[in-house]
Amino acid sequence: MEWEELLGLEQKEKANFKPIRVHCCTSTGCRSTNSMEVKNKLETAVKKAGLQEEVQVVGVGCMGFCGRGPMIQIDPEDKIYEEVKPEEAESIIAKLPPYKGGLTGDQFHPMEGDSQHPFFARQLLIVREKSGKIDPNSIEEYIAVGGYQQLHKVLYEMTPVEVINEIKISGLRGRGGAGYPTGLKWETVAKMPGEQKYVVCNGDEGDPGAFMDRSVLESDPHTIIEAMAIAGYAVGATQGFIYVRAEYPLAVSILQKAIQQAKKYGFLGSQIFNSSFDFKIDIRIGAGAFVCGEETALIASVEGKRGTPRPRPPFPAQSGLWECPTLINNVETLGNIPPIIREGGKWFAGIGTAESKGTKIFALTGKVQNTGLIEVPMGITLRDIVEEMGGGVPDGGTVKAVQTGGPSGGCIPADAFDTPVSYESLVKLGTMMGSGGMIVMDTETNMIDVAHYYMEFCRGESCGKCIPCRAGTVQMYQMLTKILKGEATESDIENLEALCHMVKSTSLCGLGQSAPNPVLSTLRYFRNEYDELLVSANGKVQV
Amino acid sequence: MQTITAEKKVKKSAKTEKAAPQQDKRFKVLDITMKRNQYRQDALIEVLHKAQEAFGYLEEDVLEYVARGLKLPLSRVYGVATFYHLFSLKPSGTHTCVVCLGTACYVKGGGEIVTAMEKNLGISAGETTTDGQMSLVTARCIGACGIAPAVVLDGKVAGKQTPDSVIEKVQALKG
Repeated sequence: MEWEELLGLEQKEKANFKPIRVHCCTSTGCRSTNSMEVKNKLETAVKKAGLQEEVQVVGVGCMGFCGRGPMIQIDPEDKIYEEVKPEEAESIIAKLPPYKGGLTGDQFHPMEGDSQHPFFARQLLIVREKSGKIDPNSIEEYIAVGGYQQLHKVLYEMTPVEVINEIKISGLRGRGGAGYPTGLKWETVAKMPGEQKYVVCNGDEGDPGAFMDRSVLESDPHTIIEAMAIAGYAVGATQGFIYVRAEYPLAVSILQKAIQQAKKYGFLGSQIFNSSFDFKIDIRIGAGAFVCGEETALIASVEGKRGTPRPRPPFPAQSGLWECPTLINNVETLGNIPPIIREGGKWFAGIGTAESKGTKIFALTGKVQNTGLIEVPMGITLRDIVEEMGGGVPDGGTVKAVQTGGPSGGCIPADAFDTPVSYESLVKLGTMMGSGGMIVMDTETNMIDVAHYYMEFCRGESCGKCIPCRAGTVQMYQMLTKILKGEATESDIENLEALCHMVKSTSLCGLGQSAPNPVLSTLRYFRNEYDELLVSANGKVQV
Repeated sequence: MQTITAEKKVKKSAKTEKAAPQQDKRFKVLDITMKRNQYRQDALIEVLHKAQEAFGYLEEDVLEYVARGLKLPLSRVYGVATFYHLFSLKPSGTHTCVVCLGTACYVKGGGEIVTAMEKNLGISAGETTTDGQMSLVTARCIGACGIAPAVVLDGKVAGKQTPDSVIEKVQALKG
């Protein structure tokens, strides 16, 4: 395909957009509350009202407000409806300006949402800019909103070095958790000698409580495909793999379809845009192992082996898949690439804090009024997220803490909520950015039970390769059980703490190194809850 | 490659009555999957996924068949099959009830749902009822945290559940 052809297609597909688009979420969350039925009913209602020329019902990806699904958004009115039931479909269509009658079931009052609510208004959409606005099953809709133009731009207007420089200028850091500078990673892979290199997209979103990668893959798969091709061009790779959890069947099927479509249009394959650049992508499906989110374990899993990590160095950038230099980026990281190429690295670097640039998607869940996905600029405070956007605890409860970073992270107490969110600030608080799960806990939540819960998780997910993690997680779990049962003494806490530090400093990979974090952070901030459960040496419960 | 597979098939069927690959259509599915992946050893996980889809679980003779097809030691195939949580070496029930125990679901009562289901079905999580009707499984996180606590019944996600609503749904499935 040539440039003019792509622009022509963009115009043509854009012209196919009807004046009014009724966006109905068809992602996993809303699907479970019957959004497919709602979408069908909306389509029937449009036909019945004879509005096919003016109104178009589109099954789109995630709009973020998953707690209130199914979500409907009317474009360009920007009106939203929440918790829509199938029988309310006709009422929604009847409220549209061009409606002239013809519907009989229009007496319902679907719940209108507030698109100016802080939950939406405080967001800044970069990765999720197209989520909920286009049909993820249609490459044409992606082209209509400027899709694949950045791939053309890098192939014809930029050298690989220029692409990497742009990413470096942007200050983008890995969104999978550790926050390694993306530009540096790309540069390392690009500089490695060797004919064969790989680009791997890490979609093994294992942290419980995080689902932004699933949402991005389900809502806007072509952005990730385009980003991978750009990465392939920049580092000199011709083959990409997307590793997706098997727990995300909808994401897998949408991706499979998207790759087929991209091949058909020539955005994947050989001589893309008639250049000398070849790139293809295969999907690899996980089989349920948390440790596979660790990059060396992920490589083993892509190779069809047990997903156990290996010591680094050599880093995957030097020796990864089949001992070739391999670039591994998280889904959300890649989602930032096409916007950075389009707007420039400087633009991106202007958003966020001094060290953490751009936005981060958080999955705001737990004991909070408004649950769902939010994309916010780095530097926003936790208070703004939990209280303003999230609306605090439902039914007048009080927020006690927020857990971030999943089993590798920790709990932040409510009195530290004025901290601006960045990679560094969260580490200082004893937790980490992680993949972006943010679980709100209220005063009813028992923090030791939370630590116990995460240790059970790590104990079950430890791959068993190194002893500190394999045996340490079991021991820590048993100690926590003892504390919860009210059978532990002061010395047990000391032992637990010592063991935490030992496992942290001696484990082979990130799983073991961070497994003690939930314990350490609850010990740090909620020591009183531990103390309340201790028995003194003479066997009496301390008060 | 084809001839080798054929040879093994004969050997296999001679050994046990149960596995007669050339008559069992499900082994055909495996053949097709392996062939489509050019018998590449790195396709092992994908082949095992297909095998589990076709057979419901990974029986020993299925693992042997895959090992021969991909020319991998059985230990390696067994190692992979036992490493990943989604592969099951035991048959599962006609219906499955997966209770998500991701953090968001857990703090919103996912644990209580599991306890209630264990009591209701008289089995522990990870087991199947004696009549083979229902398997109770827990999941680490299905990524439906916005509608926690979530349960997956026969592949269909249901959000904002309570112990009672799940018991009702499960009993309805059992018929």
